[in-house]
Amino acid sequence: MIEVTDIHKTFFVPHKVKALVGVSTKVAAGEVVVVIGPSGSGKSTFLRCLNHLEAADSGHILIDGIDILDRKTNINKVRAEVGMVFQSFNLFPHKTVLENVTLAQKVVRKRGKSEAHDKAMGLLQKVGIQDKANAYPDNLSGGQQQRVAIARALAMDPKVMLFDEPTSALDPEMIGEVLDVMKALAREGMTMVVVTHEMGFAREVADRVIFMDEGAIVEVGTPEHFFQNPTHDRTKLFLSQIL
Amino acid sequence: MAKLEELRYRSAYFLWVGVFFIGVFALIALLYGATAKIDYVWHWFDVPKYIVNQERIEITAGMGGEVAAIEGEGKDAVVIVKDGDDSESYPMAEAEEIWVSKGDFITPGKILGVYHKWQPGILLQGMWLTLKVSMYAIVFGILIGMLGGIARISKNPALKWSAICYVELIRGSPLLVQIFIWYFVLATLFNRLLMVYGFSEIDALYYGVAALACFTGAYVTEIVRAGIQSIHRGQTEAARSLGMTGPQAMYYIILPQAMRRILPPLAGQFISLIKDSSLLGMIAIRELTKATREAITISLSPYEFWFVCAILYLILTFTLSMAVQYMERKMAIQ
Ligand SMILES: Nc1ncnc2c1ncn2[C@@H]1O[C@H](COP(=O)(O)OP(=O)(O)O)[C@@H](O)[C@H]1O
Ligand SMILES: [Mg+2]
Repeated sequence: MIEVTDIHKTFFVPHKVKALVGVSTKVAAGEVVVVIGPSGSGKSTFLRCLNHLEAADSGHILIDGIDILDRKTNINKVRAEVGMVFQSFNLFPHKTVLENVTLAQKVVRKRGKSEAHDKAMGLLQKVGIQDKANAYPDNLSGGQQQRVAIARALAMDPKVMLFDEPTSALDPEMIGEVLDVMKALAREGMTMVVVTHEMGFAREVADRVIFMDEGAIVEVGTPEHFFQNPTHDRTKLFLSQIL
Repeated sequence: MAKLEELRYRSAYFLWVGVFFIGVFALIALLYGATAKIDYVWHWFDVPKYIVNQERIEITAGMGGEVAAIEGEGKDAVVIVKDGDDSESYPMAEAEEIWVSKGDFITPGKILGVYHKWQPGILLQGMWLTLKVSMYAIVFGILIGMLGGIARISKNPALKWSAICYVELIRGSPLLVQIFIWYFVLATLFNRLLMVYGFSEIDALYYGVAALACFTGAYVTEIVRAGIQSIHRGQTEAARSLGMTGPQAMYYIILPQAMRRILPPLAGQFISLIKDSSLLGMIAIRELTKATREAITISLSPYEFWFVCAILYLILTFTLSMAVQYMERKMAIQ
C-alpha cells in the first residue's frame, strides 16, 4: 500500500536541518505501523512526506502504486485516499461538527447533500459524538475534537490513515476515548501509520513498530521485540525514558 | 468606611465629568468670542436651504381660451381649457390652489396653479456624491485587495512581485498626486484614445473612483495578506490533506476565517476613504467638500459651512462604523 524508498528531506529555513536521511520502508494493506522516536527525530516529517504536505527532496514514495513525487501525479487525488489526523486537531472552527465532516465530501468527492450528511452522521455515531453534530468545535473537549477529526478524515473513505501524535495534546483522561476509536479502526482492517508514544496502543494493535532517530530508521520489529529485547542502545535509552 | 470611599470616588468622578463639559463650553465660547471680536456675523439660518430647499413649480396653460370646466376636486382636479374646437386638459394633482375659475378667459402661459417641491440642496447633493464615489471605491477596493492579498502570498514571483510593487508604489506617494495622475495623465490619454476610435469620453467621476479604488486597494491588499497569514497553517494543511485544491482551501477554509479578522482594520480603511474622497474636489468632482466651497461662495458664511461640512462627514463615517460593528457582532455569534 505504501512503499517508501530512500527519501531525504532537508530544511534550510530557519537553519539547515537534515530531517530525513534515507528512509525506506513498506506498509502492506491492512497493516498497522507505529512510529516512535525522540522529539525532532523526523517522525512528523516522514508522515507529512507520505501525503506530500512536505515534498521529499529525493527518493520514491508509492501510495497504492502511484508515485507521489512524480510531477505528473495529481496530488489532490492521492490525498483524498490518505486521511491524516493532526496533533492539534485542526478542525475548521467556523464550521459545525457536521459541516466539518461533510465539506470535503461535497467539495472533493462531489457527493450530494443527503449522501454526505448520512455518511457524516454514521461516522459521528461511530466515534460517539452524533449528539454534538451541530456544535462548533470550540465548544468541544479535546478528546471530542480529535474524534471529529478522525471522522472527518474517514468520511473520504481513505485507503490509508496517518496519525501524527493524535493524543499528545490531550488531557490524560481523554486519551483513552481517542485510542479506543483508533483501535476499533485497526481491527476493521484499516491501513494505519501512527506516530505515538502510547506503547499500550502499540502492544495491542501494532503489527510493527519503527524506531526513528536523527532522521533515520534505527530499528524495526514487533511490539514484543521492542518490549523484550531491543537491540540498539539508542532504542533502549529511548524506551527507558518513555516506559 | 467603604461607603465613604465609594462616595468620594463617585463625587470625584462627577467632578471630572463636569470639568469635561465646562471645557467643551469654554472652547465654544472662546471661538464665539473671537469671532465677535472681528465682527463676524453668524448666519446659521442660511444653512438649511443648502441642505434641502423648496422649489416653486408653476403649472401653466399651453394655449389661450376659455376655462370650460374644472372637473374633480383636490387631487383629481383637472382644468379644461377650450378655444373653439380645440381643447386641452391640465391635471392639477399637485397644485396647492387653483388660480382660475370656470368661465375665465386666459392667454397662453397663464399660471393655473402653483406647487412647491422639496429638493436636495447643494450640500446634500455633494454628500450623496461623496457616498456614491466612496461606495464604488470600496467595492472595487475590496476586489483589488482580495486579489492583491492572495497574489501577495502566492509563490509565483510574477504575482507576488506585482503585488509588492503595486502596494509600495501606491503607499509611497500622496493620494492627491495619484488623483492628478489619474485625471491629468491617464484620463486625458484614455479619453483621447476613445475619441480616436469613435467612442464617447468617460466622465471625470470614474477616474476619481479609479484613483480612490486603486489607493484603497493597496491598503486592503496588506490587510487581506495579514488576515490570511494570521490563520494557522494547520487549517490549510487539514484542508489540503482532505484532497482540496489550493483555491478550494482558500475559498472554503481560509478566507471565511480571515474575513473576521480583516473586518475591523477594513472598516478603519473605509472610513479614511470617505474622508480622502474630499480630495476629488480638486479635479472638479462636486463632492461634499467642493459643494461646501461653492455654498460658501454663494452665502459668504465660511465658518458655519465648514462646521456643517465636518458634521456631514461625521454622519457618513459614523454610520459606516456602526454598520461594521453590527456585522462584526453577527459574525461573532455564528
Ligand atoms: N517546516 C519546517 N521548517 C524547518 N525545520 C523543520 C520543519 N519541520 C520540521 N523541521 C525540523 O526537522 C526536524 C525533524 O522534525 P519533526 O519531523 O517534526 O520531528 P518529530 O516529529 O520526530 O518531533 C526538527 O529538527 C525540526 O526542527
Ligand atoms: Mg512531531
